[in-house]
Amino acid sequence: MLFLVQDGVTNGAIYALLGLALVLVFAVTRVILIPQGEFVTYGALTYASLSAGEMPGTAKLAVAMGVVAMGLDLFAGRRSLHLRGLARAFAINIVLPSAIFALTYGLAGRHPPIAINITLSLLIVAVIGLFLYRIAFQPIAHTSVLVLLIASVGCHLALQGFGLVFFGAEGQRGPPISDAAFSIGALRFTGQSIAVYAMTVAFIAGLWLFFGLTLYGKALRATAINRLGARLVGIRTTLSGQIAFLLASVIGAVSGILIVPITTLYYDTGFLIGLKGFIAAIIGGLVSYPLTAIAALVVGSVEAFSSFYASNFKEVIVFTLILPVLVLRSLAAPAVEEEKD
Amino acid sequence: MTQRLPIIVFALIMAVIPFIPGLPPFWLVLMDNIGLAALVAMGLVLLTGVGGLTSFGQAAFCGFGAYTTAVLTTAYGISPWLTLPLSLLVSGIAAVALGLVTVRLSGHYLPLGTIAWGLGLFYLFSKLEFLGRNDGISAIPPLSIGSFRMIDPGAIYFAIWIAVLLSALLTTNLLDSRTGRAIRALRRGHIAAEAFGVHAPRAKLLVFIYAAVLAGLSGWLYAHFQRAANPTPFGAQAGIEYLFIAVVGGAGYVWGGVLGAAIVVILKEILQSYLPYVFGGQGQLETIVFGILLVVLLQLAPGGVWPWLMARVPLQPNRKRPDISLKLPARPRAADTPTVLLQIEHARKQFGGVIAVNDVSFDVQAREIVALIGPNGAGKSTTFNLITGVLASSGGNISVQGKSIDRAPPQQVAKLGIARTFQHVKLVPDMSVLENVAIGAHLRGSAGAISSMFRLDRADEARLLAEAARQIERVGLTEQIDQPAGSLSLGQQRIVEIARALCIDPILLLLDEPAAGLRHMEKQRLAALLRALRDGGMSVLLVEHDMGFVMDLADPSWCSTSAPRSPKAGRKRSRAIPR
Repeated sequence: MLFLVQDGVTNGAIYALLGLALVLVFAVTRVILIPQGEFVTYGALTYASLSAGEMPGTAKLAVAMGVVAMGLDLFAGRRSLHLRGLARAFAINIVLPSAIFALTYGLAGRHPPIAINITLSLLIVAVIGLFLYRIAFQPIAHTSVLVLLIASVGCHLALQGFGLVFFGAEGQRGPPISDAAFSIGALRFTGQSIAVYAMTVAFIAGLWLFFGLTLYGKALRATAINRLGARLVGIRTTLSGQIAFLLASVIGAVSGILIVPITTLYYDTGFLIGLKGFIAAIIGGLVSYPLTAIAALVVGSVEAFSSFYASNFKEVIVFTLILPVLVLRSLAAPAVEEEKD
Repeated sequence: MTQRLPIIVFALIMAVIPFIPGLPPFWLVLMDNIGLAALVAMGLVLLTGVGGLTSFGQAAFCGFGAYTTAVLTTAYGISPWLTLPLSLLVSGIAAVALGLVTVRLSGHYLPLGTIAWGLGLFYLFSKLEFLGRNDGISAIPPLSIGSFRMIDPGAIYFAIWIAVLLSALLTTNLLDSRTGRAIRALRRGHIAAEAFGVHAPRAKLLVFIYAAVLAGLSGWLYAHFQRAANPTPFGAQAGIEYLFIAVVGGAGYVWGGVLGAAIVVILKEILQSYLPYVFGGQGQLETIVFGILLVVLLQLAPGGVWPWLMARVPLQPNRKRPDISLKLPARPRAADTPTVLLQIEHARKQFGGVIAVNDVSFDVQAREIVALIGPNGAGKSTTFNLITGVLASSGGNISVQGKSIDRAPPQQVAKLGIARTFQHVKLVPDMSVLENVAIGAHLRGSAGAISSMFRLDRADEARLLAEAARQIERVGLTEQIDQPAGSLSLGQQRIVEIARALCIDPILLLLDEPAAGLRHMEKQRLAALLRALRDGGMSVLLVEHDMGFVMDLADPSWCSTSAPRSPKAGRKRSRAIPR
């Protein structure tokens, strides 16, 4: 029994991280980020490839996306080209991914320490996340949630396809962050699971502080509530979107790196993991971070228990869990809602 | 009949295609797949594009249709034709069960909820023993008429495309009817529709079931086309793809669903067969290109391809003007003696700590124009919402002709003959003025969804449209009758709302700032109209900031100056002054 709870909490912590990222992105950009799962697999498999001494294809993707983003920036700013803007765009779109690529190229195969592999993986995925917003979502940021959702599905398909090309159909595992392990009573704690808990708590606290206390956090929240209003008071809404995607991709990559030593990940595993994060995020109402975290723990536990007692129907149970919650949430929603389109 | 012409031409072209000599059979398979996808997409057009309910779970309903016939024909040897109604019924019943939960969801909960149960059902299909788990069910008998067995793709082609054309026809008929207008009004929010008696959850459930039955039909055809059923084509990916088809074609247009299906199926086929030559057969290149194309397409044409195409075709449908001699039965009216029509006693509305309406009491007599005036935020519009049942009051009593309407839903209030307009105009911008106004007559018609689909509603429909046209003439907007409501000026849109309210044949008309945005002459015309309505036996309660306009109407006015205040703050900033 207890080990099931422990298993559930470990899974739940990962779902909580993903749920947080989804809430973040939805709140700021209204995008329901289906490619969140790809950030997980990219982070995990990039880390696994680096650890195995291979050059990950994601580094190349980052450079390619940077070039496209540069093209879009040039096209968007074609009427008012000035040197500073150009230099800035060039630095972010071309220099940054190229530098990461060069670094990865130089270090891959030399078996650098784990910390460096982790940092490189995070950098690569973060840049991909940033460019993903610039390329796919920034031009249609003003459209309806539905259109954004479909675009998000398109991104998911493309990124998953790239995942297959880069990492092959074989599953991979990465080396654990720490080999330490100790037991309390019947429960065995590994350094890896402690790292999972610690990172989850750290991210929840960090996001909470970021949104509650910093000016940037408040600007992001303002963008979420009213784009036009935020722009009128001088908030750069595109920057808000980029920050949100950057954070989401880092969170996704971190979760991936945290779980890849525990379970084997395939190029398409991310989608299901991401969806479970979704369930947590929805139960949390896509607004509340602490609620999302608690919900994620519930989802993780339900999954652990149902895989033990009714493993065939594990997914059925997890995905049906959402319905009663959704109904309660809708009933609790305010009666007078002003429609937007 | 000119509107039917393109459809007939299309049907003839489709009928000829299989007889083209030398046509590769593979093309027919492609056409079959397009037809199957088009059926599901058409349901989604109605559900998502028209009704505003995004669903990722449609593939699961195909699964219900396909598995029903698969089990019944293989395990029990029942004829495929007999399983057709059963397949549709099972999909429909599943839709009722899921729909009762799903249509209550709002905002982004809805699409996410559908992803969740879509996935849940997919796993259910792949785990159940009697559905053959992951392997599914094979050796499903083909459709046959007498000794003609529809085994090759050219034969079942006719079954599929007849289904597509019939569904398209029925769907278009449904949209162009009393029920259709109610469905189309839902996307812009349910408050306006409910104020005219539309039962929003019921209408949403209706489209949900309709879409599911179309998906079930597609699933039934699929099972007999592939002669096998396994869980893969009914999973989340397929559900996403159907929605994608609807959006690409143009969610909101029945033929957009067909066009979208053609584009997506052909595109996928081309990508799958040619990409490996270009890039060497490595990995899922088609998914990459497909995903990228999807994003590019949305950036270029977020509204879909069909409307983009239609804007380039110089084909203007010539609308028939309704025959305004047709009459609807009028509401029995109270005698001329002055009676209290609406009575409000100590009405109160509290949102958390804020008191929006504080102890408001007044009444409206028959044949009287009463104005509510007061500063912004005084709770005038909230009072309207209390009267019309949009909000439940926190205290006090509101009654109409002596009957309490405290807990009555908006539809009930509308039935009593209370019609309203909104401070922020709530029209459906892409529907014509006539159609918008006809929503007002919703309660005075009786035709249901089925009779509309088969065009048995025409007499009823003609009377509703005649009434709408008459009210439009009354407010002086006959010239704009066929224009989309969104293209009118804001002032004119307010007048359209008045015409819509008049369609209910009200005893009491609630007007929320009707004169805002009108020019001087238009205001005078409005005042004259209101006086004429009063003389005809109607009472009017209006909220208005233009004091000249209010005084000009010359009836006793009741002033409300109770500004919102928080009980915690304890400041007494204002008070209500009767008359």
